[in-house]
Amino acid sequence: MRRVLIIGATSAIAEATARLFADDGDRLFLVARRKARLQAAADDLAVRGAEIAGCEVLDVNELDRHRAVLEQAEHALGGIDVALVAHGTLPDQQLCQASARLTVQEIQTNAVSTVALLTRLSELMERKGAGRIAVVTSVAADRGRQSNYVYGAAKAAVDTFLEGLRQRLYKAGVGVTTIRPGFVDTPMTAGFEKGLLWSQPETVAKRIHHSILNGKDVVYVPSFWRWIMLAIRLMPRRVFKAMKL
Amino acid sequence: MGRNSRYRSWARPPAPGPQGAVRLHWRDEQLPEGGGPFLAYGNGRSYGDSCLNSGGTLVDLRGLDRFISFDAETGVLRCEAGVLLSDILGRFVPEGWFLPVTPGTQQVTVGGAIANDVHGKNHHWAGSFGHHVRRFELLRSDGSRLLCSPRENADWFGATIGGLGLTGVILWAEIALKRIEGPAMEVESLRFSRVEEFLELSRASHNAYEYTVAWIDSLTPGPGGARGLFFRGNHAAGHHAAAPSRRKPGLPVTPPVSLLPRAAVGLFNTAVYRWPRRRHAVAHYEPFFYPLDAVPNWNRLFGRKGFYQYQCVIPQDQAGAAIGEIIARVARAQEGSFLSVLKVFGNRKPPGWLSFSRPGTTLAFDFPDRGRSTLALLDTLDEITDEAGGAVYPAKDARMKARIFERGYPALHRFERYRDPAFMSDFWRRVTSGDTQQGAANA
Repeated sequence: MRRVLIIGATSAIAEATARLFADDGDRLFLVARRKARLQAAADDLAVRGAEIAGCEVLDVNELDRHRAVLEQAEHALGGIDVALVAHGTLPDQQLCQASARLTVQEIQTNAVSTVALLTRLSELMERKGAGRIAVVTSVAADRGRQSNYVYGAAKAAVDTFLEGLRQRLYKAGVGVTTIRPGFVDTPMTAGFEKGLLWSQPETVAKRIHHSILNGKDVVYVPSFWRWIMLAIRLMPRRVFKAMKL
Repeated sequence: MGRNSRYRSWARPPAPGPQGAVRLHWRDEQLPEGGGPFLAYGNGRSYGDSCLNSGGTLVDLRGLDRFISFDAETGVLRCEAGVLLSDILGRFVPEGWFLPVTPGTQQVTVGGAIANDVHGKNHHWAGSFGHHVRRFELLRSDGSRLLCSPRENADWFGATIGGLGLTGVILWAEIALKRIEGPAMEVESLRFSRVEEFLELSRASHNAYEYTVAWIDSLTPGPGGARGLFFRGNHAAGHHAAAPSRRKPGLPVTPPVSLLPRAAVGLFNTAVYRWPRRRHAVAHYEPFFYPLDAVPNWNRLFGRKGFYQYQCVIPQDQAGAAIGEIIARVARAQEGSFLSVLKVFGNRKPPGWLSFSRPGTTLAFDFPDRGRSTLALLDTLDEITDEAGGAVYPAKDARMKARIFERGYPALHRFERYRDPAFMSDFWRRVTSGDTQQGAANA
């Protein structure tokens, strides 16, 4: 039985991953923004075999509440073996370009709140000297593209933060997994045309679950994104800047 | 077609007219304003056009796939409408619970099972799926939410069971699972060569066997009417049966032509009938209940033109003669049904106003679409069914005429007052005459 904290528990990716923990009878503490949906997810996971240690409503932008919620989770679970951080929003790039305020708000939700949570969380886990932190970033973190660089920049900040955190926590015996999903068919992407590169949350969840259990550092989900993003990263800037990605 | 090309029906690969889709993920969501007419869509296993809505918007409910509660004492499960029957079996068979009624595929949603009031091999004992639904919540296009049970909003309960997704969207339902000792089934198979013999076997098996069904060879009926195999079974006590391996390869693409030519179907049917088999066997429940689920996308075997399913029910006093005649007509037409299934229903009163299963004998075929000759044969079968006072199954139909539907489902006029005014399906457009819709507008 693992003790698992999930932040952003009602995101489609988190919910699908949580079901895999539930299948194993793991003990879960769930955090999400909307109460009714958090309860729906918790009820489902309980019937699927999870032991629900607790649920807490949190808007991740309430930075002042982070410490209390994390301590509550640690207490309810009796220690944290796995912390999965999976909250996020998908900004409308066009609207962000026209509004500094909106851009900052999106960076706040997708980067600042995560960095703040990770700071507190790593403190808790470093003290215990064991456990794993897994964070959902994005393939968008690999290179800024005109179509969604606000989102990409936020995810890149988290991604780089995790790289450093991994090095620091290694000595304490705490692992850090960076999860970079590609296009996933979720409510977040409901408005997009779905093509061949799209995956279902259940497929993505299997790889995330496996990566957490096997202590991977950085994973692309599905794995073919590693090669797509390698090609995109290797593209010379001269060529890249003229492209329409 | 864009992103909605995945919304098809099971038997007819040619796409319907352009239709939009919205996906519900949470029970607290509402239907979008405007954008109708809507139609509830589960996992797309209806064969014909009852799950299609050309020019309208499908409400995709697969995102509502959560369990809500389970009472381990009574077996009462509450779950969202988009949960698949396979999810329920996967979770609860290991705990000793089984579906009270299951159709021939586990790839259907709970909402779909209610909306089509599906039946199984145990109809003679358990009735249809709707008999085991205790309660559900219905979301209407005006934003209202109705709790429905035999006691609360009983009219809506009766209209929605078998209501083809037209009364609104079922958000969740409560069903009673039943106790089993394990995943094993004890199965017996017997040959028969005449319809009367089949009816006699059904009568003789009624009390001692929970599950009965027969397979018939529709190409070579033989002199006395129908040759086939009669299967009867019970959940086994204390036996362990190896689970079949999961996910066999299916057809990744639809071939341009049918891979089931007449000659192959004939050989297959003869081989199945003649193949020596053990009379008694212990088997895992999956191949017994869901033989076709082992071949994902088996519908693609019929090629791009797809196929027609035909299922009718004939009242018991007419069954011998009418079934015999239908089988003879099908054999004469040489349309070549791959799997033809025969089953005697029990006497329970149907739970839904538009429920298909009712006392009588039911017969199902699948015919590759060969155009006019196939349609002409199906019209003939409709006439025989109608003459005998029977009905054709909407979940499997893509072509019956309004008159045939009206005669088989006299409650449809009453039902029309409960159909959500912002809901519609290609099936419903086709089988309701102008009068019926006029009546609804005035109601």
